[in-house]
Amino acid sequence: MPADLRTRIGHLDLPSPVLTAAGCAGAGRELAQFTDIARIGAVITKSVTIEPRAGNPAPRFAETPSGLLSSCGMQGPGIDGFLQRDLPWLLSRGARAFVNIAGHTAREYGELASRLSDAAGVTAIEVNLGCPDAAAAGRPFALDAAAAGQVVAAVRGSARYDIPVFAKLSPEVTDIVAVAKACVSAGADGLSMINTLPGMAIDPVTFRPALAGLSGGLSGPAVRPVAVRCVWQVREALPDVPIIGAGGVRTGRDALELLLAGACLVAVGSVLFHDPSACSRIQRELEEELVARGVDRVADVVGRAHQPAGYAADRRRWVL
Amino acid sequence: MAQHDREGGVAPVQVRGTVLTVRRVDAYVAMTVVAPAIATRFRPGQFVAVAVGGPQSAMLARRTFSVHDVRPDHGGTVEFVFLPREPGTQWLADCRSRDVLDVVGPLGRPFPVPRDPASCLLLGVGPGAAPLFALAARLGDRGCPTDYLLGAESADRVFGALTARRTGRSAVVTTADGSMGSRGSVVDMLPTVVQQARTDVIYASAPLGVLRAVCSLAGRYGIPVQALVAEPAMTCGTGLCMGCVLPVAGNDGITRMVRACVDGPVFRGDLVRWDDVGTIPFDALGAPGWKPRPGAPGAPGVPGAAGERSHAG
Repeated sequence: MPADLRTRIGHLDLPSPVLTAAGCAGAGRELAQFTDIARIGAVITKSVTIEPRAGNPAPRFAETPSGLLSSCGMQGPGIDGFLQRDLPWLLSRGARAFVNIAGHTAREYGELASRLSDAAGVTAIEVNLGCPDAAAAGRPFALDAAAAGQVVAAVRGSARYDIPVFAKLSPEVTDIVAVAKACVSAGADGLSMINTLPGMAIDPVTFRPALAGLSGGLSGPAVRPVAVRCVWQVREALPDVPIIGAGGVRTGRDALELLLAGACLVAVGSVLFHDPSACSRIQRELEEELVARGVDRVADVVGRAHQPAGYAADRRRWVL
Repeated sequence: MAQHDREGGVAPVQVRGTVLTVRRVDAYVAMTVVAPAIATRFRPGQFVAVAVGGPQSAMLARRTFSVHDVRPDHGGTVEFVFLPREPGTQWLADCRSRDVLDVVGPLGRPFPVPRDPASCLLLGVGPGAAPLFALAARLGDRGCPTDYLLGAESADRVFGALTARRTGRSAVVTTADGSMGSRGSVVDMLPTVVQQARTDVIYASAPLGVLRAVCSLAGRYGIPVQALVAEPAMTCGTGLCMGCVLPVAGNDGITRMVRACVDGPVFRGDLVRWDDVGTIPFDALGAPGWKPRPGAPGAPGVPGAAGERSHAG
């Protein structure tokens, strides 16, 4: 019997816990050539900004062991272009849209949230807290609990009541739980983690940094253990807050690991560059993993790693 | 002027293709993969993106290669040519026949071909020459005479000189060290070749520096150039990563940062801002400090906004 992948978060009903991660699937158009985007949980869009952005110069990517360093600079059409072309297209394909928003001030985030609330069909908002804060000399919002809380409060205040707001956290902090708590008390309905880790690569031919933006964000399977640790810590501190886990998910087994750590949803990121059909494949593999372990519903494994060791020992004896 | 038949292109597919042959061709490796779905969709100028290192590879970026040729045997095969020089392409070069590769293709916009017979010059540098031979066959079908101008650092890096001599109306080869043909760069020979062949249109596939020089020379002669760019390097090839952007002016006069993988790799030479590749020009749509002109095309709310494919003409 197939396992039930349906996932409920508040009033959201998603057919699967597998999503695309922000910035790795554009607005779904390219991905739809390889994956049925209506059958995955949702498409988390590339960060949407107020104005169109040209992004950073190339080279924007460097390959590192089991990872990618990227610094795209949030190239995109801006909120007008997004609402005019990308969102209607996503909805016409029957996909659910988690819209990732980015800005430089809490006000910009608020404005984006209210524009998205006026448009029909936004399933959820994910707040990219990795952008430089204009008021704090370019330090990302996610590095400071108070700044992150202000942004989340602005978004929650402007977004329609029935659109859940997820705050995307950075792993580059001493205490991710403190930032998570600040976001939740500012009104975040859920949390999303992890954003990329800052990193750098130097080209041995040119003797110069490999990226035009000098340093970039590291993603891919190389960062998965960091994601698992972050999800675990936040789930431990805030067991009732839904979490979108992301970071190097490549197989159904990887997705299962994040679910066990406490994520309700799992987003597939830079692995999509390697395998554009990864979402469908991971969804299928996850179901197989669940069936192999005698689990009927995906909701049953969420956060299971937090159960006492004795219980885990039981599972090993009975299931595997 | 070349008429475009770029629209109505078919969607790429992701296939598991069996390696048929791996051959050494001078300094290069030519690899033939059985991929009927790609071969039947292919049009000259398009490329494939190959995953390297196996299913649990530590190399996440796909390697992209212009398709050299497709053949109907085994249901349809695709051949591409590369110089193994980094771990990813080295891994590919070490593959043997019957190995299975994850290949996505055909990707990108193909070369537009003239509607009426025109004298075409095919200019290729190093492995960049590979996609020109399929194009030549297509041009031949349309009755276009084709001339070749091939270049490389040395004789073993000149790809396809023999085929060019056999199939082209004329073929000129230049090498930097003079080991084959005349010593120098293709750019040095371009004026002579263009005059002798009475070239109507240039198809060029070369490193950025050469393309830039070719486009500026061709501009002087008033000859249109269709340029196939291979830089900046692509990470995914499918348009997802936005890594391979370069500044290209649209027909509306607005410069946008467009992806070489979906809006190219073939661009109209006069529209690419060659001097600004690797930068964000200050007047590019969405550049820092950029402000939309109210009512102008490209401004929010007006059709033709950012990212639309209107630039390709």
